[in-house]
Amino acid sequence: MASAGRRARASVRGYRKRAVSASGLDRVGTAWQGLPERVRSLAPVVIVIALAVTYPFYVESLPTNIPVILTFPPLHDAVTILVFVMMAVGLNIVVGYAGLLDLGYVAFYAIGAYTCGWLASGQFQQVHFHFGSVGIASNSGGIHISVWLVLLIAGIVTAVGGILIGLPTLRLRGDYLAIVTLGFGEIIPQFVRNADNLHGFDLTHGTFGISPIDPPGFGHTLNSAIGLPVRYDESFPPTPDRLFFWTVLGLLLLTVFCSMRLRDSRLGRAWIAIREDETAAGAMGIPLMRTKTWAYAGGAFFGGIAGAYIATFNSGAFPTQFDFNISVFLLCMVILGGMGSLWGVVVAGTILAWLNFDGLGNIGSWINTNVLPSSHQIDVPKYSFGIYGVIIVLMMMFRPTGLIPESRRKREIEEGTRGTLDEPLYDMRAGNEAGAGERGTSGRIPRG
Amino acid sequence: MSEAAPEMNDDLLVAAQIRKEFGGLLAVNDLDFTIPQRSIVSLIGPNGAGKTTFFNMLTGLYKPTAGVVIFDGQDVTAKPPHAITKAGIGRTFQNIRLFPQMTALENVLVGMHSRLKGGILGSILGTPRVRREEREAEEKARELLRFSGLRGVDDELAESLSYGDQRRLEVARALATEPKLLLLDEPTAGMNPQETVAFLNFVAKLREEQPISILLIEHDMKVVMGASERVTVLDYGEKIAEGTPREIQHDERVIEAYLGKAATS
Repeated sequence: MASAGRRARASVRGYRKRAVSASGLDRVGTAWQGLPERVRSLAPVVIVIALAVTYPFYVESLPTNIPVILTFPPLHDAVTILVFVMMAVGLNIVVGYAGLLDLGYVAFYAIGAYTCGWLASGQFQQVHFHFGSVGIASNSGGIHISVWLVLLIAGIVTAVGGILIGLPTLRLRGDYLAIVTLGFGEIIPQFVRNADNLHGFDLTHGTFGISPIDPPGFGHTLNSAIGLPVRYDESFPPTPDRLFFWTVLGLLLLTVFCSMRLRDSRLGRAWIAIREDETAAGAMGIPLMRTKTWAYAGGAFFGGIAGAYIATFNSGAFPTQFDFNISVFLLCMVILGGMGSLWGVVVAGTILAWLNFDGLGNIGSWINTNVLPSSHQIDVPKYSFGIYGVIIVLMMMFRPTGLIPESRRKREIEEGTRGTLDEPLYDMRAGNEAGAGERGTSGRIPRG
Repeated sequence: MSEAAPEMNDDLLVAAQIRKEFGGLLAVNDLDFTIPQRSIVSLIGPNGAGKTTFFNMLTGLYKPTAGVVIFDGQDVTAKPPHAITKAGIGRTFQNIRLFPQMTALENVLVGMHSRLKGGILGSILGTPRVRREEREAEEKARELLRFSGLRGVDDELAESLSYGDQRRLEVARALATEPKLLLLDEPTAGMNPQETVAFLNFVAKLREEQPISILLIEHDMKVVMGASERVTVLDYGEKIAEGTPREIQHDERVIEAYLGKAATS
């Protein structure tokens, strides 16, 4: 019996082997193994990027009755989702790399959005300044700077804002830093809400927000030369959304690239060292304040660009966009992805942002039609933050290092906890206030 | 000061009238201490004598209540730790403080931070200058690891190294800061006798091959006797004796401080 079973299995294996070799798949496999390590590790990334770039072309033809999630996000929502992923990657520099708990990241988002509002709209009617703006009547008042330039300026302005916020706060450690950043995250939206009458000067247009904001575009010269659109919003749907989607995808890739390069640089090492042991990092020649401020500025830079981009995408910057919720939401993405893990944050950011803008609604209506009786319908999106909370708690219980743990944390798990839990021979983190105090060890001459 | 000036030129480090009070507690009382160029000196004393407090003032973790520290001709009193490291004082910690989740190699590279220049833009753009600097730094770091007796553990996490190797890595990391003065805070604490002997041999080798001075803080008299040229003894924050190891071994006040009054009578 047993041997017959073995023979049968062996013959199935043999058959499979022959089938595979007949189809040439094994040759593909061999070729794949023969490729350089670099190519093999890059391939998934290239495939994902290719799928993303072509997304506008096939999103319309994707099925709309997928169980549970119903649809993939329509292009308009995909833009917002990617803006949030971009911010999560920026926040990951501060929280993940440098280990600085920032509960007020929304402040950077707001500064970026309002910088875009000031520099590319008719907000300041009393001045008349045009620079590289496209498709704007030349007699219209206000400041109209090319949106491309404004994105860069918004990043720089926000980075400077990050440094200014950082200078007084980064001397604090841990919980105290979190509380102060929380404060700044509340102050900035309150400020923009109320800064419509600064001694008669309307800076932010109060609760109405700044609207409309100029769209990006390529201008008449490029339009007549190679057919690029004058303004993103001048063509017919779905073209504007496609253009906005490709642009934000480009910005996100740029953010990921910069974040990766920074992580592997001298500065990135210094950030991780500070996260691991601040006192030791200082003693090894790392200027703590300056290095932490760079992390803040780096995170703020990308937050600012994201804010400016969402402002031009929505053609407006409104105070209600900048709730404390956003800071928490972004922090959830970083925690869910695995603090410091770039790819984890990208994946978790995409999932959470999708849940927020589309997913929960879709899942809710699927549950209502397929699971619940019509007399007991529920409004799933209403419980969004409760659901995120549950996700975070479950993650902390079952996978505390995140979806895709940062490699150094993953190594720790794979290698077990040897030498740290079972054998309290020594304690790498032990120490008193400055961490270099004395500690009794046996085998020494006792004091008389 | 003018009279002391020529003498100071021979010394790598001069600490004058260093005093540290924690509230009402006087931890270090007007201590004068010098470290000559290219020497190994030790600071010993019973637990709580103020050795580590003094040490932390030299490296900028504590600000002295009073006193001046001159290192290599410049006043480093109360400068922040990173500036002191850059000036050329490297240190290890009594309770090992490596970056546990970084590899041995990365730990050493962090030590090189103040000697590298790679900026934020250069790193993002990956300019040839930054790439070359990183490559050279990595080569040098691997060399330092080998010099410190760490083989085949370059890519191991610091926390997974054995205790002796962690001590070695701490020294390698401190050496990566390119110090003129290396401060070792109880480097043999927790080591078994064989490891201690191996470590002291390593320190001797270090002194032969590198142009640096070493200050050894110890608590175990036996360790410093063989290794150092001059020994200073602290008790209750005051210097009670200073001299060659032989002199110190027979000093009555030292024996009293360590073993109690009864031992001397």
